[in-house]
Amino acid sequence: MIGPRRVGAGLLVDSRRPVRFRFDGREVEGLAGDTVASALLANGIRLVGRSFKYHRPRGVVTAGPEEPCALVDVIGAASEPNRPATTLDIRAGLDVRSQNRWPSLRFDLQSSTRLISRFLPAGFYYKTFMRPGWAWERLFEPAIRRAAGLGRLRAEAGDPPAPAETVHDHADVLIVGAGVAGIAAALRLGSAGARVMLVEQDVTPGAGALLDPRWQSWRDAACSALARLTRVRFLARTCVVGAYGHGVFAALETLSHDERRRFGGLAQRLRVIRAQRVLFATGASERLIACPGNDTPGVMLAGAALAYLRRYGVVAGSRPALFVNSDEAYAPAFELAAAGIGAVAIVDVRAESLAADRARAAGLPVHAGAVIERIEGGRGVRRIHIAKRGGSARDTVDADCVLLSGGHSPAASLPLQLGAEPEWHAPLAAFVPRLEASIGRVAGAARGTSGLASAARDGAATAAGIAADLGIELPASAAMPELPADAEATPLEAFWEVRGRGKSFVDLQNDVTADDVRLAQREGYEHAEHMKRYTTHGMATDQGRIGGLVGSAVLAAARGVDVAEVGMTRPRPYVQPVPFAALAGVEVGAHFKPKRRLPLDEWHAAAGATFVNAGLWLRPLVYSPHSGWEPVLEEARRVRRAVGLTDVSSLGKIDVQGRDAARFLDFIYANRFSTLAVGRAGYGIMLREDGMLLDDGTTSRLGPEHFLVTTTSANSVAVLEHLEFQLQANCADFDVRLTDVTDQWAQFAIAGPHSRPVLAAGVRGIDLSNGAFPFMAAGTGSIAGRTARIFRISFSGELAYELAVPAVYARDAWEALLTAGRPFGMAPYGLDALNTLRIEKGHVTAAELNGNTGAFDLGYVRLLKAEGDFVGRTLSMRPALRCEDRLQLVGVRPVDRTRRLRNGAHFVTAAARGASLGYITSSTPSTELEGWVGLGLLARGRERIGTRLVATSPIHGDDVEIEIVGPHFLDPENQRVRA
Amino acid sequence: MLRISCPWCGERDEAEFRYRGASLARPAADAGIDAFNDYVYVRENPRDWHTEWWLHVSGCRQLLRVERHTLTHEIRSVTVTRQP
Repeated sequence: MIGPRRVGAGLLVDSRRPVRFRFDGREVEGLAGDTVASALLANGIRLVGRSFKYHRPRGVVTAGPEEPCALVDVIGAASEPNRPATTLDIRAGLDVRSQNRWPSLRFDLQSSTRLISRFLPAGFYYKTFMRPGWAWERLFEPAIRRAAGLGRLRAEAGDPPAPAETVHDHADVLIVGAGVAGIAAALRLGSAGARVMLVEQDVTPGAGALLDPRWQSWRDAACSALARLTRVRFLARTCVVGAYGHGVFAALETLSHDERRRFGGLAQRLRVIRAQRVLFATGASERLIACPGNDTPGVMLAGAALAYLRRYGVVAGSRPALFVNSDEAYAPAFELAAAGIGAVAIVDVRAESLAADRARAAGLPVHAGAVIERIEGGRGVRRIHIAKRGGSARDTVDADCVLLSGGHSPAASLPLQLGAEPEWHAPLAAFVPRLEASIGRVAGAARGTSGLASAARDGAATAAGIAADLGIELPASAAMPELPADAEATPLEAFWEVRGRGKSFVDLQNDVTADDVRLAQREGYEHAEHMKRYTTHGMATDQGRIGGLVGSAVLAAARGVDVAEVGMTRPRPYVQPVPFAALAGVEVGAHFKPKRRLPLDEWHAAAGATFVNAGLWLRPLVYSPHSGWEPVLEEARRVRRAVGLTDVSSLGKIDVQGRDAARFLDFIYANRFSTLAVGRAGYGIMLREDGMLLDDGTTSRLGPEHFLVTTTSANSVAVLEHLEFQLQANCADFDVRLTDVTDQWAQFAIAGPHSRPVLAAGVRGIDLSNGAFPFMAAGTGSIAGRTARIFRISFSGELAYELAVPAVYARDAWEALLTAGRPFGMAPYGLDALNTLRIEKGHVTAAELNGNTGAFDLGYVRLLKAEGDFVGRTLSMRPALRCEDRLQLVGVRPVDRTRRLRNGAHFVTAAARGASLGYITSSTPSTELEGWVGLGLLARGRERIGTRLVATSPIHGDDVEIEIVGPHFLDPENQRVRA
Repeated sequence: MLRISCPWCGERDEAEFRYRGASLARPAADAGIDAFNDYVYVRENPRDWHTEWWLHVSGCRQLLRVERHTLTHEIRSVTVTRQP
């Protein structure tokens, strides 16, 4: 035997394979198959953590994922915070640390908060620290943060989270829970040929059948029958954490240490399961009883004690006492007695019961009609105080552990997530979920059956209903092994709390006491949801599974109503904590988002470009490895003085064709495109229906029924969606087809005073003279033997053209243009230079088209057509959107030309520095003017042109006096583009 | 998660669609600011059947008119406004 508290062989441990691990730096020996909790208990270690608020000593309370107290941090490689010790398998070299203790678990300085706990009442967040304001930030919050909090996340370099992956699964039937009900249902459906996924959070199937020796042969036979059914998939260590309707579920699979090694360190799989039908066979959770000292290490749920004995051969103590209200809860006493450990007291709230008679017959001391009024002990249970109900008789018994059971509540989170109604079920004193069969079915203890045999029969019967839904014929002969009979039992008596001196906890993880619940009620938080938020009851990672209903019952008693009337708070996903790493899966680092590369990506890289992420696109920022403005300004000045070439292939391009194409664009755009001649381009703005600007760009008419719409790179997806929606929702009878051709066409801008001779040297078959191909012309030529679309449009404010070729010919066209440009000193320019040029010209981009600006704000009212409907027309005429107080587009320059501007700096007056009048949206050093220029949005901006303000950027500690000017810094008459 | 039956692509996850709100008739061009205000901003939020737009952005780009029950999420009809 490994460990002094291991009294026999357990079902899950291998007594020939000792395993050493570390707990708080101390070496502990367990057996292969042990959890951290079972190994600690086997070694008599009862104190495993400190509580969240009061730093009270705590021990292991449960044997599963509902554990509120025994949480540990896994340290070292692949560290993880907040793992329940009750579900964490041990392995050689595992290193875990307890939580909320400083400097050590046995001696915790902050447990002195026990002395000041009257200053930490329910709702203390809301009251104690209201005033003064500074004290919260500087005093209370840091102190509380140090004292509170669970595990610590460690994200150091070289310490990435354990990797995870996402898997998609499909099934005819998903069965959640492989207890006897789930197994019986899977056998029935599987033998009929249904594709079944049977999912169990435990390491092995069986649940309750593992705890009752009479069920061992049934379980073995059923599991081997299941293994023969090839269309039944069984997944262990997998918890269904969310039910999302329409047959979609999320499940978290936590890999065993062996699997982890086999799959290269993979820690978790997030499974997205789509199933036609679902069966919830999730069983029931045992409840605690609130009594003074019910958090002392050594207090454990009765079912957990049974689980430690049956699964691991471990007992929680040598002098166990029980405090129960049902016959079921006597099972650990009988099993412990069989292992040679007699209970020192069985305290049953009921005056009489069949189980009490059986216990007495077995020689166990039963205190019927009694309660434990206090559990005594500091770092571990020492003594219990028993009181007769309704009498004055008292008794004191020395004990080293207390096994509590206040009955069982169906584990109904998942059906409740799907909208099930909780219905009070008096025989259980619990809520049972009522779910429409079309949404899902619930079977076994999860819907309130008692006893393993009735659960198994219920599972099989429910499976028949599912088979009928799916049109599957069930075989006549039952596939199920014979069921051991359920013992006759006396009904439980609903029992929630023993009131007395000392703290009685209803939520062990968040340190919520029954008195806190009553305080919340007195202060007006009478609804279960309000009480929850005021006290934090049930808000910890265990979601109050063992004490949630007890809190509702205490609230009900305080309100003088029935607990059925108070109800429970509504559970939401997730059923248990899910690490972010599991949600992220492989979509981390370079795989976080897709990357869109320009057709000339390799050329740009070879030319030494520094790239920038613009949306999903990787675009050349500047063709230089050097940061700073010099290389940018050199590229921009070359455009102003000679000629430059830039890759604008990321522009959104939407091909619009059909008899009603012009009519449709008139509806989409604020300006008119139906009058645009074939072979011409026009600048357009589109509004949202609320009157705000959505996007701008040029649209060219390639044929009578053929237009090419361009969008800003940032908005291309949103604009296509907008066009599709408007076409299908509001223009359903239009003959129009939309095609996204963004990726099909590479597009380049040739800009600068020499752009015409460069283009003329590069292309054939088009007359580029000013008369034949004027500003805003669109035509066709050829370059490098390929057909190209040519547009005379300008974003820089210079004489400029854009040339588009099918993306596969991008390189040929680009190199032909470079060759043609060489005599003129042409070179490529990047996104930064492009931005400098457009700011100087006063062209807007996403920084100004930010969703809050309208046509009036940007000075585009002249573009709004007077006649005819268009999206956003009516609401753009709202008086509020025509108000001069709104932020309007202006240009800004620093008065002291040596000062720089900063995007985001706020406009203020020297007299009222706290009141923002607007902000700078874009800024750049100028190519032609002295110093910096910028665009901004300023309240009553147009009126303020010619005045001075201050641009303040408090985070830079920067105040700059600026002058407000028009937004066009050069060539306001637009002469250059027409040259 | 909703599973929506696209007439062209079959039953697909909600994540492939963009919700475009209640399916309302756009007011006539001259209906005035109040009518457009209601069209853009005012919603019923019923605990009942709700007719709404779903655009299959990650699929065929078809706009679907979906009748969904806001309490149970049951979908009882999916129609299109125009044939391809």
